[in-house]
Order: sequence, then C-alpha cells, then structure tokens
Amino acid sequence: MSFEPKLLGFLCNWCSYAGADLAGVSRIQYPPNMRVIRVMCSGRVDPKFLIQALELGIDGVYVMGCHIGDCHYLEGNYEALRKFDMTKKLLSFVGLDNRIRLDWVSASEGVRFGEVVSKFVEDIRALGPSPLSRDNPDQELLKKVKAINMAAGTKRLRALVGRQRKITEEENVYGEKVPEEEFNELLDTALKEEYDRQRILLALARDSKSVKDLAVELSLEPSLVLEHMLTLKGRSQVDFQEIIGNTPLFMRI
Amino acid sequence: MSEEEKKEENVRVGIFVCHCGSNIGGLIDCHKLAEESKELPFVAHAEDNLYTCSETGLAAIKKAIEEHNLNRVVVASCTPRTHEPLFRECISEAGLNPYLFNFVNIRDQCTWVHMKHAQEAYDKAKDLIKMGAAKAVKLEPLEMIMVNITPAAMVIGGGVAGMSAALSLSRQGFKTYLVEKEDKLGGRLNSLYKLFPYDIDASEFIGNIISNVQNAKNLEILTSSQVINIEGFVGNFEVEVEHNGTINTFEIGAIIVAVGSSILDPTGLFGYDGNKRITQFELESKLKNNKINQKDIIMIQCVGSRIEERPYCSSVCCMTALKNALNIKDQNPEAHITILFRDLYTPGTEYEEYYRKAREQGVLFVKYDPEKMPVIEETQVKVFNEYINTEMTIPYDLLVLSTPLVANDDNKELAQMLKVPLEANKFFLEAHVKLRPNDFATDGVYIGGSAKWPVDITESISQGYAAASRASTILSHDTIEVEGATSCLPEYNKSLCTGCEVCVKVCPFNAIIKNEDDEIEIIEALCKGCGVCAATCTNQALVIRHFTDDQIMSEIFAYGGE
Ligand code: FES
Repeated sequence: MSFEPKLLGFLCNWCSYAGADLAGVSRIQYPPNMRVIRVMCSGRVDPKFLIQALELGIDGVYVMGCHIGDCHYLEGNYEALRKFDMTKKLLSFVGLDNRIRLDWVSASEGVRFGEVVSKFVEDIRALGPSPLSRDNPDQELLKKVKAINMAAGTKRLRALVGRQRKITEEENVYGEKVPEEEFNELLDTALKEEYDRQRILLALARDSKSVKDLAVELSLEPSLVLEHMLTLKGRSQVDFQEIIGNTPLFMRI
Repeated sequence: MSEEEKKEENVRVGIFVCHCGSNIGGLIDCHKLAEESKELPFVAHAEDNLYTCSETGLAAIKKAIEEHNLNRVVVASCTPRTHEPLFRECISEAGLNPYLFNFVNIRDQCTWVHMKHAQEAYDKAKDLIKMGAAKAVKLEPLEMIMVNITPAAMVIGGGVAGMSAALSLSRQGFKTYLVEKEDKLGGRLNSLYKLFPYDIDASEFIGNIISNVQNAKNLEILTSSQVINIEGFVGNFEVEVEHNGTINTFEIGAIIVAVGSSILDPTGLFGYDGNKRITQFELESKLKNNKINQKDIIMIQCVGSRIEERPYCSSVCCMTALKNALNIKDQNPEAHITILFRDLYTPGTEYEEYYRKAREQGVLFVKYDPEKMPVIEETQVKVFNEYINTEMTIPYDLLVLSTPLVANDDNKELAQMLKVPLEANKFFLEAHVKLRPNDFATDGVYIGGSAKWPVDITESISQGYAAASRASTILSHDTIEVEGATSCLPEYNKSLCTGCEVCVKVCPFNAIIKNEDDEIEIIEALCKGCGVCAATCTNQALVIRHFTDDQIMSEIFAYGGE
C-alpha cells in the first residue's frame, strides 16, 4: 500500500476556508488527507503552530490565506508571508522546510483549492513519511525540531520578524530604509544563533556540561559554543555550576 | 485554563452529528461517529440528528443541554460560515454563552469532496470532531461588544438599483446619501430605448424615478462624486467622497454597493465597426432616434460570453434581442430579421411571450454551434444551421452583436476599500448565493443589481429594495452587538508584556495603543480579531479570544497525538 500523508491545513476564514467550502458546493473531489484548522486570518498563524505540528509527526502543513491585497484585515497575509518565510528558514536547518507550504486561495477558487491540495498530497507522498512520524520518530531530529520550536518563541526572532516590514518597507526616524538583502542577512544570522542557543539549552536540560562536551555533542565549534554561553548567561538562562579541574560546567537556570 | 481547572469547572461537552439528510449520512455512518465521540475527553453526551439545524434538531440540542448539564456544544455538519449564528443563538436560548459553541465542518469540506472514499471521509470526520471537541473544551464565555449605530446610509451607484435602494431607505426615515460618479443619475437606462416587459419607454420610466429621488426627503444626491476611502466598521463607517477636487467625509451606518456593470468593448469581435456592425446597446440609441431603415438585419447572440475567457451568461441579451427585433419591426415592418443564437433564455410568465410574438412577426431563429462560429463577410454571414445540418448564407445591411455586461474596471478598488471579495469575473461576491444573496460577509455592507452579476431592470429594482431592507436591519437599531472575539492582554499575562510595541505597529486597525500608564491597551471596538498581533507578540502575552494559542494548540495535538 502506498503511503498516505497526514496533513494539516490552516485556512483563513474569509478566503481560503470559503474557497474550500465552495469546492464542496461544487463537488470538486480531492484526496482526503488534510484536516483543517480555521483561523480568522492567515496572519494568525504563529510559526510555533507549524513547527509543533511537524514535531508531532504530521507529514505536511499548509497555510492558506487571501491573495495579497485581498486580506479581509488588509495586511494580515503580508505578515503571514514573513512569518512563514522565517519558519521555512528555521526548518531548513533540519531539512523539513519542504513539508510546509503557503498559498493564496480566494473565496471563488473552489476548483483551485482542490487542485492545490491534491498537489500538496502528491508532493508530500513523493517525499515519503516524515522522519518524525509516530511509529518511529528520529530522536536526534526530534531534539533539533524542539530547539527550532523554542527558537521560534524567542523574543529576538519574534521582534525581528514582527518589525521586518517596518524596517524594510518604511524609513526609520533617520530617514533610512534597510534594504531587503541586508535585513535577510541579519535575520539569517539571528536564526542560526537562536537555533544553536536553544539546542544548547536543551542539551543542558538534564545535566550540567562543559563547553567542550557541548561542542562535541552538538557538532559546533567550541569557540562558538563559548560565545553562546556568554550570551545565555547574560540572559540569565545558564550559569556556572562548578569548576572541575580547569573546566567550568554550565547548568540551565 | 489547565486540565485541573477544567475538571473543577466540570466541563461537559455535547456533540451533535448532523446527517444533513443524505448529504453527510448518505456517505458516512453518523450514528457511529456520535457513538465514538462519546469516548473523547470531557464529552458528556453525543447524538446524531437527521437535520441538526431543523426545529427538531435545535430542540434536541436544548433538551440535551438541560438533561446532561452540557456547558460546551459541538455541531458537526455543514459550515460555520452559514450556520454558526443559528447554533450560537440556539445555545444561548438554552442559557449558555454563545461562544461556548464550536463548529465542525464535515459536509462542505468532507463528504461533499470525498464522495468516492467513504472510509477515508469517515476517518477524516472523526479526526475533525476530535479536534473540534478538544477546542471546545478550551472555549471560554465571551461578551459581545456594543457599538452605536449612525442612522445614515450610503448607496454607491445612482442607477436603477441604487436609486431604488436609496428611495426605500430615505422613505423609511434614514438619512441617505446617493453617490454617482457620472454627472447625472440613471445609469445605463439613460441610453436605452424601450424596456421589457410591456415596452415601457425607458426615458420616461427613469425620468420618473429620478424625479422621485430628487424630491425625496432625507436623500442627498452626490453626482460627479467618487468614494475614495472607507474606514470603520458596521454602524460606524467613515466614508470619504471626492467631488470636483474637494473631499468630504460622511459618517455612515450601512453601505450599499449598486455600482452596476459595464459594456464589453466589442472591438475585434465579428467585424465590429460601430457603423454597419454594432452592438445591441448602440442599436437602442438608433431606435431612440428612429433611425432604422435597413432591410436585412442579423443579430448574433452570446458574442463574447459563454466562452472560456468569460464563461457566464449575461442573462439580459436574449430578451434585449427579442425586444429590439420587435421594436425594429414596429418602426420598419418590411425588415427581415434573423437571430443567430446558441440557446434562448426567456424565463417566467412574461418573457416567453416575446419569443412567440417575434416568431409570429416572421423573425427567423437560427441555432449556431460554438464550434462552428458564424463567419462574417462584407455583406453576408455564413452560418452552419444545426437544425437542418447545412451552411446558410444570409445577407445583411445591419449586423447587431449581443455583447454581455461585464464587471466594472474599478470594482477592485472599491472591493479593497470595503474589504469584500470579487468573484472570478470581477463581479462582487455576495456572502452566500442562497442564504445571504444581498449581504457581504462584512457586516453592514450590502449589494444589489448588476454589480453582482448581470440582471435586468425588474431584478435590479427588487435587489435594490432587498439591499435597502437588509441595511435597515442595522440602521433601525441604536446599538448593535459586534464580535467579542478580539485581542486582549489578560491580567495574568500582563507581566509577560515587555512593552516592545511591535503589536502596536503591526495592527492593521490601530486598535492597540500604549496608554498613559505606559501599558499596552487594546481598543476592543476597533479590533477585528484577525490575530496578527498574537502571532507576532514577542513574548506571547497577547491572547486572541476564541482563537487562543491554547485552543489552536489543542486542535493540533488532538490531530497529531500527544
Ligand atoms: S483574512 Fe484571509 S489572509 Fe487575512
């Protein structure tokens, strides 16, 4: 028997959910793999929702909203786009980025709704089951996805993405605008840093560890780990526990 | 609320699975679905109903609330977009807060779209109910927000639909503004000759309506005026109207869209030249000036409609052609008229008579096949006659093209200002074709006439009245309750708020401010509950009522497994 993907969809109430209803009214037939969570606007979809779903082993997650310019709340889908892009970048650290998708489906696109869902089912089927799927989740990967989930909840990343449109589309008080590429570089660095820091915090969940241990465990440069430890200490998330020989052991607070 | 608190509150969920006749029950076993949902956490009762939305079904819900002491209700049936208000009302009649209701869509998004996969559809419905019940457990009672209503209406479009709406509203005593972008009222009717049925003179007819509008109390006419911006919400719109370079702002309670439609530019179709080959519309003005002396006249139906690019039927062209054919015969009984058609559409008790009369007077009807389009030559048309299976050659000195009504070019801008959708052909899309044909999904905005799809005069007038009547359901109240599912910064989350103000910037409605106490505050009447602020909040302090993180996460977990 071929693999049947388990999919989740977040649909905005005003366009995509209405489009899905129209598909029904028109009796458009599409594969029954996706369960839908209705939200008022695609902008409501927190990156954590997508990551959590993947963490639970769901094979693919779809976010659908109104076409750009048509959002019932004016700009919600612009925000959705930014958040989705960030989520995708975070998930690319572990190769799960092709399991989430964003699309715009209007209230009149019943046929198209059926088409895009069918396509998603097909594409995820081609990818095969998620390495985190229920029966046999890849434990190492699971830890990384947990770190991604935590990273998506950090103030730094949320503030960056939340301000992204203002920063790149409007001038600041000094009359300057940050070009998109420059912002992206900034964001990319932040994403990687926060991801690594959350991995460190997770690794410290049970026992205290030295920088060297952590570096080996997480395959990171020791100097990098040390830098992160200092930041985390500054945020009062870790502290020295004891010094054994010459090596300080860190613990999570 | 934690699990502990839930137990303390003694959450009791009731689940009602609707057969919807055979729409759901014909494919999947609703009784079994209900039985199995009894196993779900906090579910105290489950049953299946033939039609949960019927009197009997609603009574069953009320009875179960009482008998089983339910404090959360889940209905698994059609779609919340049409039926949520009904069930909310039902449970509030039974004494529950209307927000303690959750809808599960197992028809439009399940049995109707998986008709060949009964088992999979069943599994999907079961998952959806599980998710819906999980969310229901987390639902919290909410209060609706009261807002005041400005008892004034604005009708956009001064054609026959708009004028009918404006007259009706002003006669009911509401201050009404009628906005027309041209310099005079009347719209398309100004250039028509005679109207079907009964061959009423168009100028006389529209002249009467215009003079009624001009003499109406409470009715202000704004010609050469254009709506350029709309802010606010039901009962409290602020509309900016531009007139000769000056901008005035109006406080409006309800808005009616009656902008009508446009005429397809026929350039390039069937040798159109505006002279010997003209549109029905141009024919009307010739008739008006008694200028039809041509002998051989051919009309072609469905020119530029019911094709791939424009698949819809323009609905008025058949009757227009019949009417004009008879009018030509009136002015010039010698004329030979041939109508090339694909299908003829003369519904109702009045219109078929036109077809009969036309045949009696010798109008010739030739059915053509869209696969073998008529070929237009300089003085004759070659057409393959389907009935006799041969090609005919028909001479003409006047060729009349029945072109469709199309959506206005500027519909898009108005739709964006109103936050309402357009359909695939760029006409305005109503909230529901059967249940709410003259409403938009956006509260306080209504629609009538050809802005929705092409309709004739009679229908335009009915729809104008319908839209006015819908608007008056709002305007006749001093206050109205609006959605209570807004954003909020709950007391218990106040300490989480870092005051970063990212939410203030991201809110599309300026509903979040930092108040004098330097605290984040949500102005609830402005908040529309989109949820962008919560998805953005840097420390996850903001909560979107009815779509809380906790509620959405519970749906994700119910599906993904703990
Ligand atoms: S309402 Fe559909 S994306 Fe905002």
